[in-house]
Formats: sequence, C-alpha cells, structure tokens
Amino acid sequence: MERPDWKERWAGLFFVAPFLLLFALFMLWPIVSGLWNSFFNTSLAGVKHEFLGLQNWQDLFGDPAVWSSLKNTLVFTAMSTPPLVIVALAMALLANRKGLLGWLLRFSYFAPFVLPATVVTLIWVWIYQPGFGLVNGLLTAGGFAEIDWLNTENRAMLAVVITTVWWTVGFNFLLYLAALQGIPAQIYEAAAIDGAGGRQQLFRITLPLLRRTTGLIVVLQLVASLKIFDQIYLMTDGGPNYATRPIIQYIYETGFTSYRIGYASAISYLFFAIIVIVALAQFKLFSGREETA
Amino acid sequence: MTTTTMPTARRSAEPTTGPAGGGPSKPRWTFAGTASAVGAVILAVVWLVPLLWALDTSLKPEPETTRTPITWFPQAPTTDAYRSVIDQGDLIRWFLNSTIVSILVTVLTLFVSVLAAYGLSRTTFPGRRLLYGLIIAGILVPPQVLIVPLFQEMTGLGLVDTYWGIVLPQVVEPVMVFVLKKFFDGISRDYEDAARVDGASRWRIVWSVMVPMSRPILVAVGIFTFIGAWNNFLWPFIVTTDPSMMTIPVGLANVQGSYGLRYAQIMASAVLGGLPLLIIYALFQRHVVRGVGDAGIKG
Repeated sequence: MERPDWKERWAGLFFVAPFLLLFALFMLWPIVSGLWNSFFNTSLAGVKHEFLGLQNWQDLFGDPAVWSSLKNTLVFTAMSTPPLVIVALAMALLANRKGLLGWLLRFSYFAPFVLPATVVTLIWVWIYQPGFGLVNGLLTAGGFAEIDWLNTENRAMLAVVITTVWWTVGFNFLLYLAALQGIPAQIYEAAAIDGAGGRQQLFRITLPLLRRTTGLIVVLQLVASLKIFDQIYLMTDGGPNYATRPIIQYIYETGFTSYRIGYASAISYLFFAIIVIVALAQFKLFSGREETA
Repeated sequence: MTTTTMPTARRSAEPTTGPAGGGPSKPRWTFAGTASAVGAVILAVVWLVPLLWALDTSLKPEPETTRTPITWFPQAPTTDAYRSVIDQGDLIRWFLNSTIVSILVTVLTLFVSVLAAYGLSRTTFPGRRLLYGLIIAGILVPPQVLIVPLFQEMTGLGLVDTYWGIVLPQVVEPVMVFVLKKFFDGISRDYEDAARVDGASRWRIVWSVMVPMSRPILVAVGIFTFIGAWNNFLWPFIVTTDPSMMTIPVGLANVQGSYGLRYAQIMASAVLGGLPLLIIYALFQRHVVRGVGDAGIKG
C-alpha cells in the first residue's frame, strides 16, 4: 500500500500549501518588513527610505509617550486580569447546572462576548453619562455624588476595566465551564461516600482540579489584556490627558496619523518582545506547575 | 491537555454535575444550593442590565432619553429611532459587508486550517516538524503589531477598501491549525486505512472521513471564527476608508459623531449591530460550550 514515490513523500505539502501561502504573505512577510522598516525613516505614503540604523530604537527609549502608554497598558492588565479570572470561575461554578436555568445563566454570562466592540462601547458610554446615565442615576438615587467617569483621569481606566470585564469575562467562563464538565462525576460520588460535603468537595476536589485551567486562563488573559486597544480608543480615545492611552494606540497614532512608519515599527517590536516574554514566562511557570498538580 | 474522542464528546454535551460547588448534591433542597441559585440569577440579571438598558433607551422618544431622574421604562414606546437609523444610515450596507466578510473569513479559515491540520497530522514530508514549529510560534504573534507593515502591503497589492483586503489577513489563524491538528491526532487511523483500502484518495479522506468525524469541533471553531470576524475592529478600521466598504463595528464607530446627541438612535443602531450575533449564539450555544471542551483546552 505504501508507495515511497515523490508524490507520496510530498503529499503533505500540498495540503499545507494554501495555509502556508497566506501565513507567509500575511504573517511572515509583515514581521520581516516591519523589522526592516524600523531601521528606516519611512512615511506611509512616500516610498522615501532613509536609512537610520538604530536611531528609531534609540528615540524610543527617550520617548515619554512610549513609557506612559506602556504603563497604561500594564495598569490595565493588572487591573483587569484578576477580576476576569475570579468572576469567570464564580460564574462557571454557579452556571454548571442542567435545564432551563443553566441555559439562561450560560446565555447571560456569555452574551456580551459576542457583541462588537463598538456596540459595547456605545452602550457603556451611554451608561457612564453624567446626569442621565444609568450608573450616575443609581449613584444619585443612592445619595452619592455623580462621577464624570470617562472624563476624570483617575476614574477613566476603572470605567474601561469594568466595561471590559462585563464584555469579555464570558470567554474565560466558558473555558472554566468546559473544565468543570470534564471532571468525572465518579470523583464526587466517591467523595460523597467518604462523607465530604459540598464545601469540602469544592475546596478539595473542584478547585485543585481546575489549577491547570486557571494557569491557562491567566496566560491567555494576560496576553489578551496587553493587547488592549478597541474599547479604550472608542470610549476615551486615550484620554483624558492621555491617562488611558495604551501602547497599541500609540503605535496606531505614530503610524497612521503622524505617518512615522519606521518609528511605529520599532515600537511594535518593543511591544511584541514584551508579549513574547510574558507568554513564555507564563508557559514555563504553568508547565512547571503541571507536574506537581 | 487531553483530546476527547467522539463518543465521550457527545456525552459531555450536557453538564454532568449538579449545583452547589460543582458536585452532585444528594439532598434536593439545601441552603447552599438555594443560595448559589439565587446568586447565579442575581449575577445574570446584573450582566443583562446593560443590554436591556440599551434596548430600553432605543424604544424611548428622543427627549425622554435625557430626562432626569431617569425613567426605567419608555412612557410611550416607539420604533422611531430604528426607522430613522435604517433610513438615513449605511447600516444595511455595513450589515451586508459584515455578513460577506464574516462568511468568507469563516469558510476560508476552516478550509485552509483543515487541510493544513490534516497535512501536519497524517503525512510526513520533509520539513514538516520545522513548519509545525513555525506555525506554533505564530500563535504568539499579536496581529496588532503587524498593522503597519500589513497596511503597506495591502496598499502595494491594491487591496485597500476591498473585501479581500479585510478578509485574507484574518484567515491566518495558527491556533486553528493547532487545535484541529490535535483533534485529528486523536482520531484513530483505522478509519482512514479502511477508506484507503476502498481506494479513497487523501483528498477524499479529508472530506469524507476526517471532517465528518470532527463536526462538533468544526462547528465550534467555525462559530468562534465567525464571531471574531464579525467583531474585529482594528484591522477593518485600518484597511477601509470608504464608508461603503466598512463593516458594522467600524461603521458604528462613526455613528456617535454623526448622530450627535440622539441617544435613542445610537442605542437603536447598537441593538441592530449586536442582535444578529446574540441570535446566532442563542441558537448554537450548546455547540459553543461543547466545542470548547472538545478543543482539548479544558486541561
């Protein structure tokens, strides 16, 4: 049956070819050309290439906007990751039930995740409105002072985080739910026979068995949070006074409104390096934990 | 990481455990059980309020939307906002664009990813390991850092403001290849060998053996790809300048400015922009939940 001719030997490449072509065109090539760009002074429209060597890279380290946007990105990541993991876990534990109630809970928790960023931000900008917004309506009804959420420097990021948790927690919830449903029922039955109550089952069985999933979710979430752009751009446009501008928005503005392609590419690579370091460090931590779990 | 085989995948479609902290509770009515149900419902209501508030606002006449103190329900519900949004805007055009783009992205992503996953899972051509390593490394690449060179490339190719310009970069999803390859690895080779004895070509085997056996995961992966493509903001935002080529998320981003302070209209367009996906999700929810488990990412 095995024909060791060239056709059989190279058959696999035929199957991989369409993906490979797109992969080369729209991932490998931009990676290479972006790195190439970072050594030049290139404008978006003009094809003028002036070789700068490491100038863009040097500029980057002295540019306060790079560091403040990077700081905003890290602050967002630090603020959003814990609730996005903890709330997701709580939701999965609560929604892991059969029947109509289970269906309704799963629908409610996950529904915001399917909405486009623009829909989410249109709704939340409305909710945060001073005067007639829902949040301030509730605050004033409760006797508190209103807050102009999106125009107050030290409140705007919190507002974005709240919106993000509402919008994206559904995905982590689904990962936890799948993990919960993968725990064999026999384990609980055996534990119940041994006299373990609901509380003990939760802390001695469920949570320990979810450790690997938690590791995975933390990795995915950190990387996803570092990539924050859409909701900040749409809700605050990086303001007030650049207090929420994330690094991707700075890359976008440098490239597409200031037309400094080479410099934007250099910043992209700085950011890329950070993502890779975080992901690799997390994977390492996570795979180390795997052996003990 | 585990790869679930077909029969178990089907069985795990419904939750196997009961309420109260994940374990099946023997007694029917416990305090913990009731408390967790109440907590779950409160959380669900909190999660639905922003959506309901948007719907609620969209049904109010314009002056009522900015009245203080806020009214919970429209005093005289009206669909005026919807009518004017549909009449004046490009919403229908954007809707059409989003549909075309999302379907193209989903079909093409599944097509090239299935083929690549099969090639990597079942054939041995020179350089296969290296290539797989490269694709895995691609998972780490955030598409956001590629926008600048990608835009230049699209300008060079003349694909700015075209469907292909929006679609093609989104088809490159290394993680899809990874997930599908892992799933294919878990399918016994016996099925394939039997088909080969019957004279089926590899091409036939992909479409008549592997794809039917992977249907649940393909449906789930397909839904996630569709949602992702429909909701993608940054790339379509970069690559479209002509309003008639914009997708819903990009087009709606302009709405707030052009509608000024007509909140009922803004909310009506938000509802119209979000509703299709909510309906799709409601219909396919079981597949989504099941697929995530099947994808082997449950740990």
